[in-house]
Amino acid sequence: MTLMTMALKMASGLEKTCAIFFLTLLFALPLGMVVALMRGSKYKVISGAASFIISVLRGTPLMLQLIAVTYGPYYLFGISVSRNKLIPVVVAFSINYAAYFAEIYRSGIESMPVGQYEAAQVLGYSRVQTFFKIIFPQVIRRILPSMTNEIVTLVKDTSMAFTVSYQEMFTIGKQIANSETSFIPFVVAGVFYYVFNAAVSFIMRRVEKAMSYYKI
Amino acid sequence: MSIMKMSDIQKSFGSNHVLKGISFSVDKGEVVSIIGPSGSGKSTLLRCATFLETIDSGIISYDDKDVTKNVNGKCVYAKNLNDFRHIFGLVFQNFNLFPHYSVLKNMMDAPVSIMKRDKREVREECMMLLEKMGLADKADAYPCELSGGQQQRVSIVRALAMNPEILFFDEPTSALDPELTGEVLKVIKQLAKEKMTMVIVTHEMAFARAVSDKVIFMSGGVIVEQGAPEEVFGNTRSERMKQFLQNYNRD
Repeated sequence: MTLMTMALKMASGLEKTCAIFFLTLLFALPLGMVVALMRGSKYKVISGAASFIISVLRGTPLMLQLIAVTYGPYYLFGISVSRNKLIPVVVAFSINYAAYFAEIYRSGIESMPVGQYEAAQVLGYSRVQTFFKIIFPQVIRRILPSMTNEIVTLVKDTSMAFTVSYQEMFTIGKQIANSETSFIPFVVAGVFYYVFNAAVSFIMRRVEKAMSYYKI
Repeated sequence: MSIMKMSDIQKSFGSNHVLKGISFSVDKGEVVSIIGPSGSGKSTLLRCATFLETIDSGIISYDDKDVTKNVNGKCVYAKNLNDFRHIFGLVFQNFNLFPHYSVLKNMMDAPVSIMKRDKREVREECMMLLEKMGLADKADAYPCELSGGQQQRVSIVRALAMNPEILFFDEPTSALDPELTGEVLKVIKQLAKEKMTMVIVTHEMAFARAVSDKVIFMSGGVIVEQGAPEEVFGNTRSERMKQFLQNYNRD
């Protein structure tokens, strides 16, 4: 197999790699905020539950979580493993990344000076209005660099989907490497991830720049 | 008619008894300065008046309507606190402008999106206020692009944009260097001339003496002396205030 055919075959899995990436962001970004707000709740039961969930998701390997979400339903309830593995893969990635995003959001929310809340309160903003109009936009600005970090990691982590044989780019590459006893597919995979992340970094830099019209 | 009235206000933080039965009132058009040593409870008093802290007991009222009442020995706040919030404005020591909003948006956002007032009308009013403060050219600037003095003046006009009946100042010049203090004090003096009702917590003695109709000297959580500035400064009765003024004049 020539380098070109290998690369083309692997590129056919890129669509699925992108699906994991974008769907995970789509679900994990808002879910992380929900978990962060739960964690900051004044009710001990809610904040306790949230911090327990976060500690489990951050304290166990993503690979294990992928396997648990994909095959767990079969072993626990006898439900057959769905043919479309995209669903369990995205579920596992989303809850895992939500836990990490939650901690980033929390650090951002906690770094907000109390004066911002007080100024808003005196001007008559409700709690919800204060959060969405005053706090949240500034939190985003503050956490962007750590978000970029996490998103770059997500690009690379999509390769973990090979553990449940989801046919994304890396899984295909690994199969070719095995059948052809070649190291080339791994090099190709490395290049793909590198280019993907270069694009991610470029976009995030643009976003950061667009938001830096004010100093905090 | 008194715009704001506080009677027998008590406030503790844990075992720290900060306000020990404070009573005073502010009439329409009156300028009241609150002076006193650090830790005497001046700022806490202001924060209680603006609902940033809840009082343990006592009565706060605005426009002769009670905000708090005593129910079985417990202090209960009215449900419609936001209706009362529209009566007053507060200028903070460290400005607390919204850094992600331009100067104009800082001023316009609450009147437009909270009070649902007409956007064009609010914009006109805000531009007039900025004009008056000599800040019209800063309308589209962000707070980070302004000097401390300008930021504090913007935070004053942001409070004014809500058309408050009474304006509170919590050490408005303490975060500014002496050079910038003057421009902020000038604005407050101008407002006093226009008969804006104000309560000012300050360490600027000369300013308090010049601008106030009434001066309140607090120490250890109680009002030690209050009255017209000539009386309080010129004919100080309490030992505590004499001592305070002596220390102050020595600097």
